[in-house]
Amino acid sequence: MSLLQTHNLLKKFGGVHAVDHVDVEFPAGKITALIGPNGSGKTTLINTVTGILPMDGGTVAVGDSVLKKIAPHIIATYGITRTFQNVRLIGQLSVLDNILLVLTERNVWGALFERHTKLHLSEAEEILKKVGLWEKRSAKAEELSYGQRKLLEIARALAMRARIYFFDEPYAGLFVEMRKIVSDILRELKAGGAAVVLVEHDMTLVRELADVCYVLDSGKVLAHGTPTETLERDAVVEAYLGK
Amino acid sequence: MEYLIHIAIFICIYGILGLSLNLVIGETGLVSVAHAAFYGLGAYAAALLLTEAGFNFFAALPVAMVLAGLLALATGVVFSRFRGEFYMLGTVGFNIIIWSVFLNWQGLTHGPLGVPGIDRPELFGFRFSENITFLLLSLVLLAATYGVAQFITRSSFGRVLKAIREDEQAISIFGYATLHYKLLIFVISAMLAGLAGALFASYITFIDPSSFTLNESIFLLAIVILGGLGSHSGALLGALILVVMPEAFRFIGFPADVAAQLRLATYGVLLIGLMLYRPQGLLGTFRL
Repeated sequence: MSLLQTHNLLKKFGGVHAVDHVDVEFPAGKITALIGPNGSGKTTLINTVTGILPMDGGTVAVGDSVLKKIAPHIIATYGITRTFQNVRLIGQLSVLDNILLVLTERNVWGALFERHTKLHLSEAEEILKKVGLWEKRSAKAEELSYGQRKLLEIARALAMRARIYFFDEPYAGLFVEMRKIVSDILRELKAGGAAVVLVEHDMTLVRELADVCYVLDSGKVLAHGTPTETLERDAVVEAYLGK
Repeated sequence: MEYLIHIAIFICIYGILGLSLNLVIGETGLVSVAHAAFYGLGAYAAALLLTEAGFNFFAALPVAMVLAGLLALATGVVFSRFRGEFYMLGTVGFNIIIWSVFLNWQGLTHGPLGVPGIDRPELFGFRFSENITFLLLSLVLLAATYGVAQFITRSSFGRVLKAIREDEQAISIFGYATLHYKLLIFVISAMLAGLAGALFASYITFIDPSSFTLNESIFLLAIVILGGLGSHSGALLGALILVVMPEAFRFIGFPADVAAQLRLATYGVLLIGLMLYRPQGLLGTFRL
C-alpha cells in the first residue's frame, strides 16, 4: 500500500524543470531509495513534497487526501517528517530541547501554558539513547560534531512518530558506528510499517537497504524497480558514469 | 533623594519596555522598531481615560494594554509575514505613522500641546502621589513584567520562539504554525509596552508626541542590544545603564543641551562598539 504518491509533480526554477512531471510512490513498510547524479532533482523533489518549495503543478496524494498546494506546517498532520541534506537543527538550543520541541504542544495557547513533563523527558531519553546522544543532552546542538548533529536530526525526525520519513543523505559524514545506528533505525522504521524514503549516493547502502529504487536524472524518473535490476540498466549507468 | 527616586522610576519604566521588547527581538529574532508606538498608545489611552473619561488608573491600565494589544494584532498580521530587514522597515514605517497620528489628531490627542493634568494612580483610597510610593508601584509592575517574561520563556511556547529565531522554516516542518507564535508574542510585547506607557503618563502627568518618536524606539532597541539579546537580566541592565548614563554626563559638568546631544552620540558609539566586539550584548546569548 502506497502512503504517498506524486502525480505529474512539477517544480520549475525559471525555465529549468528541476522536478519534471514526476510520478513516484512510497509504499508502507518499505525503504524507497531516491538516487541520481548531483542536480538530478532528488532534494528538490523532497523539498516540494514537504512544502519547503511551492509546487508548480501536479498533485501529492497522502492517504485519501490529494494536495495541490502544501504549506510546510501542514505536512506533520499528514504524518510526514524529514531530515535535511544540510543539517538544520536549532543550534542555540540544547540537544534535549531540540527533541522536546518536537514532542511538546503545537497549539499556540497550549504551548504558552505548557511545561515539559516527565513523560516528555522519558520519551526524549528513549530517542536520544537510540542515537547515542543522551549523555550530550545538555550540550547546545551547535557544539556537537557534524556526525552527532546528523544523528540528532534523525532523532528529531524519529520523535515525530510519523508514517512517512524522508531522509536526505543521512549517512553523509558519518563514522562506521554512526552509519550502523542509522541503518538500524531505517530497518526499525520499515519493520514498523512506515514508508521510508532515502536519498543516498552510496550504492552499496542502497543495495543493502532499499526495497525499491527511483533513479532521477534532469528532474525526470529515469528508471525504477528493485535496486539490483535498476542499477544495472544501461541508461542508469550512463547517467551516473557517462558513456 | 527625590532625584534618585525619579531615576529609579525611569529605570523601572524602561526596564518594562526592555523586557517586553526583548521578547520580540531577543527571543523571537524579529527586529521591531515600533515599540514606542505601543508605548505611546498605552500612554495616550491611559492619559485620555484618566483626564477625560474619569477612569481610575487601575481601570485605565488594562484598557490601555488591550488597546495596544489590539493594534499589535492588526499590524502584526501584516508584519508577521515579513522577515529580516523587511520586518524592521515595516515597523519603522508603522512607528512613524502612529507618531503622526499622535501629532495630528488634535481632536483626540491635542497634537503638540499634549495631554496635561494626568492623575496619579489611586487604589482603595491610597494615592500614589509621593514619588517613593510611585516607585514601589513601578517596582511591582516591573516584577510582574519580569514574571510574565520568565513564564513565557520557560514554557514550550518560549522554546518555539527561540526555534523561530534560528530557523523558522525548519521548525514549521514539525507542525508549527509559526505565524501564530510571532503574532501572539508581538501582541503580548505590545501590551506590556502599553503598561509602561500608562505608568509613564501617570508619573509625568503630562504627555505629548515627542516622547514616542522613532528615536525612542531606537533607544529601546539600544537597551535590548546593549543588555543582551535573549536575556531578561540583560534587558534590565541595558535599561539601567542607558537611563543612568546621560545623568552621569550632567555631573561631569556638561550643559544640559550638550549632555542631551552626547546621550544620542554615545548610544551610537555603544551600538557600533557592541556590534564589533560583543554582538550578543553584555549578558546575551544570541547574535542578530
